[in-house]
Amino acid sequence: MAVDKKYATPLLDELEKGEWPSFVKEIKSSAETNPMANDLLGLLEQSYDEKKGHWKHGGIVGVMGYGGGVIGRYTDLSEKFPNISHFHTMRVNQPSGWFYTSEALRTLCDIWDAHGSGLTNMHGSTGDIVFLGTRTEELEPIFKKLTDAGFDLGGSGSDVRTPSCCCGKARCEWACYDTMALTHYITNKFQDELHRPAFPYKMKLKMSGCPNDCVASVARADISIIGTWRDEIQVDMPKVREYAKNGTDIVKEIVMMCPGKCLDWDGTDLKIDNSSCRHCMHCINTMPKALAPGKDKGAVILVGSKAPIVEGALLSSVLVPFIKIEEPFEESELWELIENMWDLWCEEGKNRERIGEFIQRVGMGNFLEAVGLEPQPDMVAHPRENPYIFYEEYFEEGE
Amino acid sequence: MAQVPVMELAEAMYKMVKDTMGMKKWKATDLQKASIEMFGEGNVDKQLCKDAIKELVNNGRLVYTYFGGSFLEVPHKEGAAN
Ligand code: HEM
Ligand code: HEM
Ligand code: SF4
Ligand code: SF4
Repeated sequence: MAVDKKYATPLLDELEKGEWPSFVKEIKSSAETNPMANDLLGLLEQSYDEKKGHWKHGGIVGVMGYGGGVIGRYTDLSEKFPNISHFHTMRVNQPSGWFYTSEALRTLCDIWDAHGSGLTNMHGSTGDIVFLGTRTEELEPIFKKLTDAGFDLGGSGSDVRTPSCCCGKARCEWACYDTMALTHYITNKFQDELHRPAFPYKMKLKMSGCPNDCVASVARADISIIGTWRDEIQVDMPKVREYAKNGTDIVKEIVMMCPGKCLDWDGTDLKIDNSSCRHCMHCINTMPKALAPGKDKGAVILVGSKAPIVEGALLSSVLVPFIKIEEPFEESELWELIENMWDLWCEEGKNRERIGEFIQRVGMGNFLEAVGLEPQPDMVAHPRENPYIFYEEYFEEGE
Repeated sequence: MAQVPVMELAEAMYKMVKDTMGMKKWKATDLQKASIEMFGEGNVDKQLCKDAIKELVNNGRLVYTYFGGSFLEVPHKEGAAN
Protein backbone atom coordinates (compact mmCIF):
# COMPACT_ATOMS: atom_id res chain seq x y z
CA MET A 1 0.00 0.00 0.00
CA ALA A 2 1.29 3.46 -0.82
CA VAL A 3 1.93 5.98 1.91
CA ASP A 4 0.90 9.42 0.75
CA LYS A 5 2.04 11.84 3.41
CA LYS A 6 5.32 12.08 5.34
CA TYR A 7 5.55 13.72 8.75
CA ALA A 8 8.51 15.69 10.06
CA THR A 9 9.53 13.99 13.32
CA PRO A 10 12.43 15.91 14.91
CA LEU A 11 11.63 14.75 18.45
CA LEU A 12 11.19 11.09 17.54
CA ASP A 13 14.40 11.25 15.51
CA GLU A 14 16.30 11.79 18.77
CA LEU A 15 15.31 8.27 19.74
CA GLU A 16 17.12 6.82 16.76
CA LYS A 17 20.48 8.03 18.01
CA GLY A 18 22.83 5.74 19.88
CA GLU A 19 23.84 2.13 19.57
CA TRP A 20 20.68 0.49 20.89
CA PRO A 21 17.60 -0.78 19.08
CA SER A 22 15.07 1.95 18.40
CA PHE A 23 11.32 1.54 18.13
CA VAL A 24 11.26 4.74 16.07
CA LYS A 25 13.54 3.18 13.49
CA GLU A 26 11.27 0.13 13.30
CA ILE A 27 8.07 2.17 13.00
CA LYS A 28 9.69 4.26 10.27
CA SER A 29 10.66 1.15 8.40
CA SER A 30 7.06 -0.12 8.56
CA ALA A 31 5.82 3.36 7.61
CA GLU A 32 7.47 3.00 4.19
CA THR A 33 4.60 0.74 3.18
CA ASN A 34 2.01 0.84 5.94
CA PRO A 35 -0.24 3.93 6.33
CA MET A 36 -1.13 3.00 9.93
CA ALA A 37 2.52 2.94 10.97
CA ASN A 38 3.00 6.22 9.10
CA ASP A 39 0.15 8.00 10.90
CA LEU A 40 1.42 6.59 14.18
CA LEU A 41 4.68 8.49 13.65
CA GLY A 42 2.76 11.72 13.11
CA LEU A 43 0.61 11.20 16.19
CA LEU A 44 3.54 10.26 18.42
CA GLU A 45 5.51 13.31 17.32
CA GLN A 46 2.53 15.53 18.15
CA SER A 47 2.20 13.84 21.58
CA TYR A 48 5.88 14.38 22.32
CA ASP A 49 5.59 17.98 21.23
CA GLU A 50 2.46 18.72 23.27
CA LYS A 51 3.41 16.37 26.14
CA LYS A 52 -0.08 15.01 25.84
CA GLY A 53 -1.47 11.55 25.04
CA HIS A 54 -4.01 11.18 22.24
CA TRP A 55 -5.36 7.70 22.85
CA LYS A 56 -8.75 6.62 24.14
CA HIS A 57 -9.46 3.23 25.72
CA GLY A 58 -12.16 1.13 24.08
CA GLY A 59 -14.09 -1.47 26.02
CA ILE A 60 -16.22 -3.35 23.55
CA VAL A 61 -14.19 -4.62 20.63
CA GLY A 62 -13.45 -8.34 20.38
CA VAL A 63 -14.13 -11.41 18.32
CA MET A 64 -17.43 -13.26 18.48
CA GLY A 65 -17.69 -15.57 21.46
CA TYR A 66 -14.54 -14.39 23.22
CA GLY A 67 -14.29 -11.90 26.06
CA GLY A 68 -10.52 -11.49 25.87
CA GLY A 69 -7.61 -11.12 23.49
CA VAL A 70 -8.44 -7.73 21.99
CA ILE A 71 -7.63 -4.44 23.69
CA GLY A 72 -9.53 -1.54 22.17
CA ARG A 73 -7.76 1.74 21.42
CA TYR A 74 -8.84 4.81 19.45
CA THR A 75 -7.19 8.15 18.85
CA ASP A 76 -8.93 11.43 19.60
CA LEU A 77 -7.24 12.96 16.54
CA SER A 78 -8.93 10.72 13.99
CA GLU A 79 -9.50 13.53 11.51
CA LYS A 80 -5.84 14.41 11.36
CA PHE A 81 -4.66 10.78 11.51
CA PRO A 82 -7.50 8.78 9.90
CA ASN A 83 -5.43 5.62 9.41
CA ILE A 84 -5.13 5.11 13.15
CA SER A 85 -8.62 6.19 14.21
CA HIS A 86 -8.83 2.59 15.45
CA PHE A 87 -5.63 1.12 16.85
CA HIS A 88 -6.62 -2.05 18.67
CA THR A 89 -4.11 -4.48 20.12
CA MET A 90 -4.52 -8.23 19.69
CA ARG A 91 -2.89 -10.71 22.03
CA VAL A 92 -2.04 -13.97 20.30
CA ASN A 93 -1.37 -16.99 22.51
CA GLN A 94 2.32 -17.82 22.15
CA PRO A 95 3.55 -21.40 21.94
CA SER A 96 4.98 -22.71 25.25
CA GLY A 97 8.55 -21.53 25.68
CA TRP A 98 8.28 -19.26 22.61
CA PHE A 99 9.54 -21.77 20.07
CA TYR A 100 8.61 -21.16 16.43
CA THR A 101 9.48 -22.44 13.03
CA SER A 102 10.47 -19.63 10.67
CA GLU A 103 7.41 -20.59 8.64
CA ALA A 104 5.13 -19.91 11.63
CA LEU A 105 6.74 -16.51 12.13
CA ARG A 106 6.28 -15.65 8.47
CA THR A 107 2.64 -16.71 8.65
CA LEU A 108 2.04 -14.43 11.64
CA CYS A 109 3.78 -11.50 9.98
CA ASP A 110 1.93 -11.97 6.69
CA ILE A 111 -1.43 -11.98 8.49
CA TRP A 112 -0.49 -8.85 10.34
CA ASP A 113 0.91 -7.03 7.31
CA ALA A 114 -2.33 -7.69 5.46
CA HIS A 115 -4.69 -6.62 8.27
CA GLY A 116 -2.89 -4.36 10.72
CA SER A 117 -0.09 -1.88 11.27
CA GLY A 118 2.59 -4.53 10.74
CA LEU A 119 3.99 -3.58 14.15
CA THR A 120 4.41 -6.36 16.70
CA ASN A 121 5.78 -6.78 20.17
CA MET A 122 7.49 -10.16 20.39
CA HIS A 123 6.70 -10.72 23.14
CA GLY A 124 4.59 -8.66 25.53
CA SER A 125 5.12 -8.71 29.26
CA THR A 126 2.14 -11.05 29.39
CA GLY A 127 4.09 -13.51 27.22
CA ASP A 128 1.76 -13.14 24.25
CA ILE A 129 2.64 -12.31 20.70
CA VAL A 130 1.34 -8.73 20.62
CA PHE A 131 -0.12 -7.33 17.40
CA LEU A 132 -0.25 -3.56 17.76
CA GLY A 133 -2.87 -1.58 15.89
CA THR A 134 -5.78 -2.69 13.76
CA ARG A 135 -9.35 -1.70 12.94
CA THR A 136 -12.53 -3.21 14.38
CA GLU A 137 -13.65 -4.65 11.04
CA GLU A 138 -10.31 -6.45 10.62
CA LEU A 139 -10.61 -8.40 13.88
CA GLU A 140 -12.73 -11.30 12.60
CA PRO A 141 -10.69 -11.79 9.39
CA ILE A 142 -7.47 -11.82 11.42
CA PHE A 143 -8.95 -14.26 13.93
CA LYS A 144 -10.06 -16.55 11.11
CA LYS A 145 -6.60 -16.57 9.54
CA LEU A 146 -4.93 -17.09 12.90
CA THR A 147 -7.10 -20.04 13.85
CA ASP A 148 -6.68 -21.54 10.38
CA ALA A 149 -2.92 -21.38 11.00
CA GLY A 150 -3.31 -23.07 14.40
CA PHE A 151 -3.07 -19.98 16.59
CA ASP A 152 -5.57 -18.66 19.12
CA LEU A 153 -6.09 -15.36 20.90
CA GLY A 154 -4.73 -14.96 24.40
CA GLY A 155 -6.32 -13.48 27.50
CA SER A 156 -7.24 -9.95 28.57
CA GLY A 157 -9.70 -8.52 31.05
CA SER A 158 -10.92 -10.51 34.06
CA ASP A 159 -9.94 -13.92 32.74
CA VAL A 160 -7.15 -16.47 32.93
CA ARG A 161 -4.37 -14.66 31.12
CA THR A 162 -2.31 -16.50 28.55
CA PRO A 163 -0.27 -18.98 30.63
CA SER A 164 3.46 -18.62 30.07
CA CYS A 165 6.59 -20.52 31.01
CA CYS A 166 10.36 -20.66 30.74
CA CYS A 167 11.93 -22.86 28.06
CA GLY A 168 12.36 -25.57 30.72
CA LYS A 169 13.52 -28.99 29.62
CA ALA A 170 13.75 -27.90 26.00
CA ARG A 171 16.97 -26.04 26.67
CA CYS A 172 17.74 -25.91 30.35
CA GLU A 173 19.36 -28.55 32.53
CA TRP A 174 17.98 -27.01 35.73
CA ALA A 175 14.35 -27.65 34.85
CA CYS A 176 12.80 -29.68 37.68
CA TYR A 177 9.64 -30.40 35.69
CA ASP A 178 8.48 -30.06 32.10
CA THR A 179 7.27 -26.45 32.10
CA MET A 180 6.32 -26.46 28.43
CA ALA A 181 4.18 -29.58 28.69
CA LEU A 182 2.44 -28.31 31.82
CA THR A 183 1.81 -24.90 30.28
CA HIS A 184 0.35 -26.48 27.17
CA TYR A 185 -1.88 -28.63 29.36
CA ILE A 186 -3.01 -25.67 31.50
CA THR A 187 -3.75 -23.57 28.42
CA ASN A 188 -6.03 -26.29 27.10
CA LYS A 189 -7.57 -27.17 30.45
CA PHE A 190 -8.63 -23.60 31.18
CA GLN A 191 -9.86 -22.58 27.70
CA ASP A 192 -13.24 -21.54 29.08
CA GLU A 193 -11.67 -19.40 31.81
CA LEU A 194 -9.23 -17.94 29.26
CA HIS A 195 -11.82 -16.85 26.71
CA ARG A 196 -14.85 -16.10 28.87
CA PRO A 197 -13.88 -13.75 31.70
CA ALA A 198 -15.73 -14.58 34.92
CA PHE A 199 -13.29 -13.50 37.64
CA PRO A 200 -13.14 -10.36 39.79
CA TYR A 201 -9.94 -9.40 37.92
CA LYS A 202 -7.09 -10.90 35.90
CA MET A 203 -5.61 -14.29 36.84
CA LYS A 204 -2.07 -15.02 35.65
CA LEU A 205 -0.37 -18.40 35.79
CA LYS A 206 3.35 -18.61 35.14
CA MET A 207 5.54 -21.69 35.15
CA SER A 208 9.29 -21.70 35.87
CA GLY A 209 11.36 -24.85 35.83
CA CYS A 210 13.57 -23.95 38.80
CA PRO A 211 13.95 -21.24 41.45
CA ASN A 212 15.91 -19.04 39.03
CA ASP A 213 12.39 -18.28 37.89
CA CYS A 214 13.19 -16.96 34.42
CA VAL A 215 9.57 -15.88 33.82
CA ALA A 216 9.62 -13.94 37.14
CA SER A 217 6.50 -15.74 38.25
CA VAL A 218 7.17 -14.96 41.89
CA ALA A 219 6.72 -11.27 41.14
CA ARG A 220 3.90 -11.18 38.62
CA ALA A 221 1.77 -14.31 38.59
CA ASP A 222 -1.33 -14.85 40.68
CA ILE A 223 -0.38 -18.51 40.66
CA SER A 224 3.30 -19.40 40.30
CA ILE A 225 4.47 -22.96 39.71
CA ILE A 226 8.22 -23.03 40.32
CA GLY A 227 10.35 -26.14 39.96
CA THR A 228 12.28 -27.35 43.00
CA TRP A 229 13.67 -30.49 44.64
CA ARG A 230 13.25 -31.99 48.09
CA ASP A 231 16.30 -34.19 48.42
CA GLU A 232 19.93 -33.15 48.24
CA ILE A 233 21.82 -30.92 45.82
CA GLN A 234 23.84 -33.17 43.54
CA VAL A 235 27.56 -32.60 43.94
CA ASP A 236 30.40 -33.66 41.65
CA MET A 237 33.30 -33.09 44.07
CA PRO A 238 36.20 -33.35 41.59
CA LYS A 239 34.47 -30.64 39.53
CA VAL A 240 34.11 -28.44 42.63
CA ARG A 241 37.85 -28.76 43.20
CA GLU A 242 38.44 -27.87 39.57
CA TYR A 243 36.47 -24.62 40.03
CA ALA A 244 38.66 -23.83 43.05
CA LYS A 245 41.81 -24.62 41.12
CA ASN A 246 40.70 -22.42 38.22
CA GLY A 247 40.29 -19.42 40.47
CA THR A 248 36.75 -19.51 41.91
CA ASP A 249 36.97 -18.19 45.46
CA ILE A 250 34.51 -20.70 46.87
CA VAL A 251 34.37 -19.17 50.34
CA LYS A 252 33.88 -15.61 49.19
CA GLU A 253 31.74 -16.19 46.11
CA ILE A 254 29.62 -19.07 47.31
CA VAL A 255 29.84 -20.01 50.99
CA MET A 256 29.48 -16.45 52.23
CA MET A 257 26.72 -15.68 49.78
CA CYS A 258 24.58 -18.67 50.74
CA PRO A 259 21.42 -17.29 52.35
CA GLY A 260 20.82 -20.54 54.25
CA LYS A 261 24.34 -20.46 55.71
CA CYS A 262 24.46 -24.13 54.93
CA LEU A 263 27.71 -24.43 52.99
CA ASP A 264 31.17 -25.28 54.25
CA TRP A 265 34.38 -25.52 52.19
CA ASP A 266 37.60 -26.73 53.74
CA GLY A 267 39.70 -26.50 50.61
CA THR A 268 38.98 -30.07 49.48
CA ASP A 269 35.37 -30.89 50.26
CA LEU A 270 32.16 -28.90 49.96
CA LYS A 271 29.65 -29.81 52.68
CA ILE A 272 26.00 -28.87 52.28
CA ASP A 273 23.51 -28.88 55.11
CA ASN A 274 20.57 -29.58 52.80
CA SER A 275 18.02 -29.25 55.60
CA SER A 276 18.85 -25.53 55.80
CA CYS A 277 19.05 -24.96 52.06
CA ARG A 278 16.64 -22.33 50.76
CA HIS A 279 16.86 -23.55 47.18
CA CYS A 280 18.03 -20.15 46.01
CA MET A 281 20.15 -21.68 43.21
CA HIS A 282 23.13 -19.42 43.97
CA CYS A 283 25.70 -22.19 44.50
CA ILE A 284 24.39 -24.13 41.52
CA ASN A 285 24.42 -21.07 39.26
CA THR A 286 27.98 -20.26 40.28
CA MET A 287 29.35 -23.78 39.72
CA PRO A 288 27.03 -25.22 37.07
CA LYS A 289 29.41 -27.98 36.11
CA ALA A 290 29.79 -29.20 39.69
CA LEU A 291 26.38 -28.79 41.30
CA ALA A 292 22.83 -29.56 40.22
CA PRO A 293 19.33 -29.65 41.72
CA GLY A 294 18.49 -32.91 43.52
CA LYS A 295 16.89 -35.95 41.94
CA ASP A 296 13.52 -35.89 43.73
CA LYS A 297 12.07 -33.07 41.67
CA GLY A 298 8.72 -31.30 41.59
CA ALA A 299 7.42 -27.80 42.15
CA VAL A 300 6.41 -25.31 44.78
CA ILE A 301 3.05 -23.59 44.27
CA LEU A 302 2.84 -19.95 45.23
CA VAL A 303 -0.03 -17.51 45.16
CA GLY A 304 -0.68 -13.82 45.09
CA SER A 305 1.99 -11.75 43.36
CA LYS A 306 1.20 -8.80 41.14
CA ALA A 307 2.65 -5.58 39.79
CA PRO A 308 1.30 -2.27 41.06
CA ILE A 309 -1.90 -1.24 39.28
CA VAL A 310 -4.88 -0.60 41.53
CA GLU A 311 -2.84 -1.35 44.67
CA GLY A 312 0.91 -1.76 45.29
CA ALA A 313 3.14 -4.64 44.23
CA LEU A 314 3.06 -8.01 45.99
CA LEU A 315 5.32 -11.05 45.87
CA SER A 316 3.91 -14.57 45.96
CA SER A 317 3.51 -16.61 49.12
CA VAL A 318 4.08 -20.35 49.36
CA LEU A 319 0.89 -22.34 49.22
CA VAL A 320 2.14 -25.87 48.56
CA PRO A 321 5.82 -26.38 49.47
CA PHE A 322 6.28 -29.41 47.25
CA ILE A 323 4.18 -31.24 44.71
CA LYS A 324 5.18 -33.74 42.04
CA ILE A 325 4.47 -32.48 38.51
CA GLU A 326 4.24 -35.56 36.33
CA GLU A 327 2.18 -36.89 33.47
CA PRO A 328 -0.65 -37.60 33.36
CA PHE A 329 -1.27 -34.05 34.51
CA GLU A 330 -5.04 -34.56 34.76
CA GLU A 331 -4.47 -36.65 37.88
CA SER A 332 -2.76 -33.84 39.79
CA GLU A 333 -4.40 -32.48 42.95
CA LEU A 334 -3.45 -29.04 41.72
CA TRP A 335 -6.62 -28.48 39.70
CA GLU A 336 -8.93 -28.98 42.63
CA LEU A 337 -6.88 -26.56 44.70
CA ILE A 338 -6.90 -23.97 41.91
CA GLU A 339 -10.65 -24.29 41.39
CA ASN A 340 -11.26 -23.99 45.14
CA MET A 341 -9.25 -20.78 45.17
CA TRP A 342 -11.11 -19.43 42.17
CA ASP A 343 -14.51 -20.29 43.67
CA LEU A 344 -13.65 -18.50 46.89
CA TRP A 345 -12.21 -15.46 45.13
CA CYS A 346 -15.21 -15.27 42.74
CA GLU A 347 -17.61 -15.53 45.64
CA GLU A 348 -15.94 -13.07 48.02
CA GLY A 349 -13.51 -11.00 45.93
CA LYS A 350 -14.27 -7.37 45.14
CA ASN A 351 -14.27 -6.07 41.57
CA ARG A 352 -10.64 -5.45 40.47
CA GLU A 353 -9.22 -7.20 43.52
CA ARG A 354 -6.35 -9.54 42.63
CA ILE A 355 -6.22 -12.80 44.54
CA GLY A 356 -3.12 -11.64 46.45
CA GLU A 357 -4.95 -8.53 47.64
CA PHE A 358 -7.94 -10.66 48.51
CA ILE A 359 -5.73 -12.90 50.66
CA GLN A 360 -4.30 -9.86 52.42
CA ARG A 361 -7.78 -8.60 53.13
CA VAL A 362 -9.24 -11.84 54.50
CA GLY A 363 -5.97 -13.09 56.02
CA MET A 364 -3.84 -16.02 54.90
CA GLY A 365 -5.13 -18.20 57.77
CA ASN A 366 -8.76 -17.72 56.75
CA PHE A 367 -7.89 -18.19 53.10
CA LEU A 368 -6.13 -21.51 53.75
CA GLU A 369 -9.01 -22.77 55.83
CA ALA A 370 -11.51 -21.86 53.11
CA VAL A 371 -9.58 -23.61 50.33
CA GLY A 372 -8.91 -26.63 52.53
CA LEU A 373 -5.14 -26.42 53.10
CA GLU A 374 -3.35 -26.95 56.42
CA PRO A 375 -1.00 -24.15 57.42
CA GLN A 376 2.66 -25.17 57.23
CA PRO A 377 5.87 -23.62 58.49
CA ASP A 378 7.01 -23.13 54.89
CA MET A 379 4.35 -20.45 54.45
CA VAL A 380 6.46 -17.59 55.68
CA ALA A 381 7.36 -14.12 54.53
CA HIS A 382 11.04 -15.04 54.80
CA PRO A 383 12.55 -18.39 55.78
CA ARG A 384 13.26 -18.66 59.52
CA GLU A 385 11.22 -15.55 60.17
CA ASN A 386 7.67 -14.61 60.99
CA PRO A 387 5.08 -17.08 59.82
CA TYR A 388 1.93 -15.10 59.34
CA ILE A 389 -0.28 -17.98 60.31
CA PHE A 390 -1.65 -18.32 63.81
CA TYR A 391 -1.47 -21.85 65.09
CA GLU A 392 -4.49 -21.87 67.30
CA GLU A 393 -3.58 -25.11 69.02
CA TYR A 394 -0.40 -23.43 70.35
CA PHE A 395 -2.48 -20.72 71.91
CA GLU A 396 -4.72 -23.24 73.55
CA GLU A 397 -1.75 -25.09 75.01
CA GLY A 398 -0.22 -21.89 76.40
CA GLU A 399 -3.37 -20.62 78.02
CA MET B 1 -34.08 -31.69 41.30
CA ALA B 2 -34.98 -30.79 37.77
CA GLN B 3 -32.23 -28.84 36.05
CA VAL B 4 -33.40 -25.81 34.13
CA PRO B 5 -32.73 -26.23 30.37
CA VAL B 6 -29.74 -24.16 29.17
CA MET B 7 -31.83 -22.21 26.66
CA GLU B 8 -34.36 -21.22 29.31
CA LEU B 9 -31.59 -20.02 31.61
CA ALA B 10 -29.91 -18.17 28.74
CA GLU B 11 -33.21 -16.45 27.94
CA ALA B 12 -33.65 -15.40 31.57
CA MET B 13 -30.09 -14.06 31.73
CA TYR B 14 -30.55 -12.14 28.52
CA LYS B 15 -33.70 -10.53 29.92
CA MET B 16 -31.90 -9.53 33.13
CA VAL B 17 -29.17 -7.80 31.17
CA LYS B 18 -31.51 -6.19 28.64
CA ASP B 19 -34.00 -4.92 31.21
CA THR B 20 -31.29 -3.22 33.24
CA MET B 21 -29.35 -1.75 30.29
CA GLY B 22 -27.66 1.50 31.26
CA MET B 23 -28.51 0.96 34.93
CA LYS B 24 -26.47 -2.05 35.91
CA LYS B 25 -23.25 -3.63 34.69
CA TRP B 26 -23.28 -7.42 34.96
CA LYS B 27 -20.25 -9.55 35.60
CA ALA B 28 -20.47 -13.27 34.83
CA THR B 29 -20.59 -14.06 38.55
CA ASP B 30 -23.40 -11.54 39.14
CA LEU B 31 -25.46 -13.32 36.48
CA GLN B 32 -24.67 -16.62 38.12
CA LYS B 33 -25.76 -15.40 41.56
CA ALA B 34 -28.94 -13.81 40.21
CA SER B 35 -29.79 -16.98 38.26
CA ILE B 36 -29.36 -19.20 41.28
CA GLU B 37 -31.57 -16.84 43.25
CA MET B 38 -34.23 -16.85 40.54
CA PHE B 39 -34.38 -20.58 39.85
CA GLY B 40 -33.27 -21.89 43.22
CA GLU B 41 -30.14 -23.74 44.20
CA GLY B 42 -30.20 -27.28 42.85
CA ASN B 43 -31.96 -26.17 39.67
CA VAL B 44 -29.07 -24.07 38.43
CA ASP B 45 -25.36 -24.63 39.07
CA LYS B 46 -22.10 -22.97 38.09
CA GLN B 47 -21.53 -25.12 35.01
CA LEU B 48 -25.04 -24.51 33.71
CA CYS B 49 -24.52 -20.75 34.09
CA LYS B 50 -21.23 -20.99 32.19
CA ASP B 51 -22.99 -22.92 29.41
CA ALA B 52 -25.81 -20.37 29.22
CA ILE B 53 -23.36 -17.46 29.00
CA LYS B 54 -21.37 -19.28 26.34
CA GLU B 55 -24.60 -19.79 24.39
CA LEU B 56 -25.41 -16.07 24.59
CA VAL B 57 -21.98 -14.80 23.56
CA ASN B 58 -21.54 -17.39 20.82
CA ASN B 59 -24.77 -16.12 19.27
CA GLY B 60 -23.69 -12.53 19.69
CA ARG B 61 -26.76 -11.69 21.81
CA LEU B 62 -24.45 -10.59 24.61
CA VAL B 63 -20.90 -9.30 24.26
CA TYR B 64 -18.10 -8.96 26.73
CA THR B 65 -16.98 -5.42 27.51
CA TYR B 66 -14.04 -4.18 29.50
CA PHE B 67 -14.18 -1.19 31.83
CA GLY B 68 -11.62 -1.96 34.49
CA GLY B 69 -13.22 -5.40 34.83
CA SER B 70 -15.01 -7.62 32.31
CA PHE B 71 -18.78 -7.27 31.96
CA LEU B 72 -21.55 -8.77 29.82
CA GLU B 73 -23.74 -6.38 27.85
CA VAL B 74 -26.20 -6.19 24.98
CA PRO B 75 -24.18 -5.17 21.90
CA HIS B 76 -24.13 -1.46 21.22
CA LYS B 77 -21.87 1.03 19.52
CA GLU B 78 -18.85 2.13 21.43
CA GLY B 79 -18.68 5.77 22.55
CA ALA B 80 -14.89 5.94 22.19
CA ALA B 81 -15.18 4.90 18.53
CA ASN B 82 -16.70 8.28 17.63
C1 HEM C 1 -3.23 6.23 31.26
C2 HEM C 1 -3.03 5.40 30.28
C3 HEM C 1 -2.59 3.98 30.42
C4 HEM C 1 -2.35 3.23 31.52
C5 HEM C 1 -2.45 3.62 32.98
C6 HEM C 1 -1.94 1.93 31.06
C7 HEM C 1 -1.58 0.88 31.89
C8 HEM C 1 -1.16 -0.34 31.46
C9 HEM C 1 -0.67 -1.39 32.31
C10 HEM C 1 -0.54 -1.34 33.81
C11 HEM C 1 -0.36 -2.43 31.51
C12 HEM C 1 0.24 -3.74 31.94
C13 HEM C 1 -0.81 -4.74 32.15
C14 HEM C 1 -0.23 -6.12 32.33
O1 HEM C 1 0.94 -6.38 32.01
O2 HEM C 1 -0.98 -6.95 32.76
C15 HEM C 1 -0.67 -2.05 30.16
C16 HEM C 1 -0.49 -2.85 29.07
C17 HEM C 1 -0.76 -2.45 27.79
N1 HEM C 1 -1.16 -1.21 27.36
FE1 HEM C 1 -1.52 0.35 28.51
N2 HEM C 1 -1.95 1.91 29.71
C18 HEM C 1 -2.33 3.15 29.26
C19 HEM C 1 -2.45 3.58 27.96
C20 HEM C 1 -2.25 2.76 26.87
C21 HEM C 1 -2.37 3.22 25.48
C22 HEM C 1 -2.66 4.63 25.06
C23 HEM C 1 -2.13 2.13 24.70
C24 HEM C 1 -2.13 1.99 23.17
C25 HEM C 1 -2.45 2.89 22.33
C26 HEM C 1 -1.88 1.02 25.58
C27 HEM C 1 -1.63 -0.24 25.16
C28 HEM C 1 -1.29 -1.25 26.01
C29 HEM C 1 -0.97 -2.57 25.53
C30 HEM C 1 -0.97 -3.03 24.10
C31 HEM C 1 -0.64 -3.32 26.66
C32 HEM C 1 -0.23 -4.75 26.69
C33 HEM C 1 1.24 -4.85 26.50
C34 HEM C 1 1.70 -6.26 26.61
O3 HEM C 1 0.88 -7.18 26.60
O4 HEM C 1 2.90 -6.42 26.76
N3 HEM C 1 -1.96 1.45 26.88
N4 HEM C 1 -1.14 -0.76 30.15
C1 HEM D 1 -1.06 -0.66 67.18
C2 HEM D 1 0.01 -1.35 67.54
C3 HEM D 1 0.80 -2.22 66.61
C4 HEM D 1 0.67 -2.44 65.27
C5 HEM D 1 -0.34 -1.83 64.30
C6 HEM D 1 1.69 -3.37 64.87
C7 HEM D 1 1.87 -3.82 63.58
C8 HEM D 1 2.86 -4.69 63.24
C9 HEM D 1 3.07 -5.19 61.90
C10 HEM D 1 2.23 -4.84 60.69
C11 HEM D 1 4.13 -6.01 61.93
C12 HEM D 1 4.72 -6.76 60.74
C13 HEM D 1 4.18 -8.12 60.64
C14 HEM D 1 4.81 -8.85 59.52
O1 HEM D 1 6.03 -8.80 59.34
O2 HEM D 1 4.08 -9.51 58.78
C15 HEM D 1 4.62 -6.05 63.28
C16 HEM D 1 5.66 -6.77 63.69
C17 HEM D 1 6.12 -6.78 64.99
N1 HEM D 1 5.57 -6.12 66.05
FE1 HEM D 1 4.04 -4.92 66.03
N2 HEM D 1 2.44 -3.69 65.98
C18 HEM D 1 1.91 -3.02 67.05
C19 HEM D 1 2.34 -3.05 68.34
C20 HEM D 1 3.41 -3.77 68.79
C21 HEM D 1 3.89 -3.82 70.14
C22 HEM D 1 3.24 -3.06 71.29
C23 HEM D 1 4.96 -4.66 70.16
C24 HEM D 1 5.85 -5.09 71.30
C25 HEM D 1 5.61 -4.85 72.55
C26 HEM D 1 5.16 -5.13 68.82
C27 HEM D 1 6.14 -5.99 68.43
C28 HEM D 1 6.33 -6.42 67.16
C29 HEM D 1 7.40 -7.32 66.77
C30 HEM D 1 8.47 -7.90 67.66
C31 HEM D 1 7.26 -7.54 65.40
C32 HEM D 1 8.13 -8.38 64.51
C33 HEM D 1 7.58 -9.74 64.43
C34 HEM D 1 8.39 -10.60 63.50
O3 HEM D 1 9.50 -10.21 63.12
O4 HEM D 1 7.89 -11.67 63.17
N3 HEM D 1 4.22 -4.59 68.01
N4 HEM D 1 3.83 -5.23 64.04
S1 SF4 E 1 13.65 -20.97 35.33
FE1 SF4 E 1 15.23 -22.47 35.76
S2 SF4 E 1 14.63 -24.19 34.46
FE2 SF4 E 1 13.60 -22.41 33.61
S3 SF4 E 1 15.00 -21.61 32.06
FE3 SF4 E 1 15.39 -20.51 33.98
S4 SF4 E 1 17.10 -21.61 34.91
FE4 SF4 E 1 16.20 -22.97 33.39
S1 SF4 F 1 20.85 -23.33 46.85
FE1 SF4 F 1 21.20 -21.41 47.94
S2 SF4 F 1 20.60 -21.84 50.04
FE2 SF4 F 1 20.89 -23.81 49.03
S3 SF4 F 1 23.01 -24.36 49.47
FE3 SF4 F 1 23.02 -23.32 47.49
S4 SF4 F 1 23.45 -21.19 47.99
FE4 SF4 F 1 22.81 -22.19 49.89
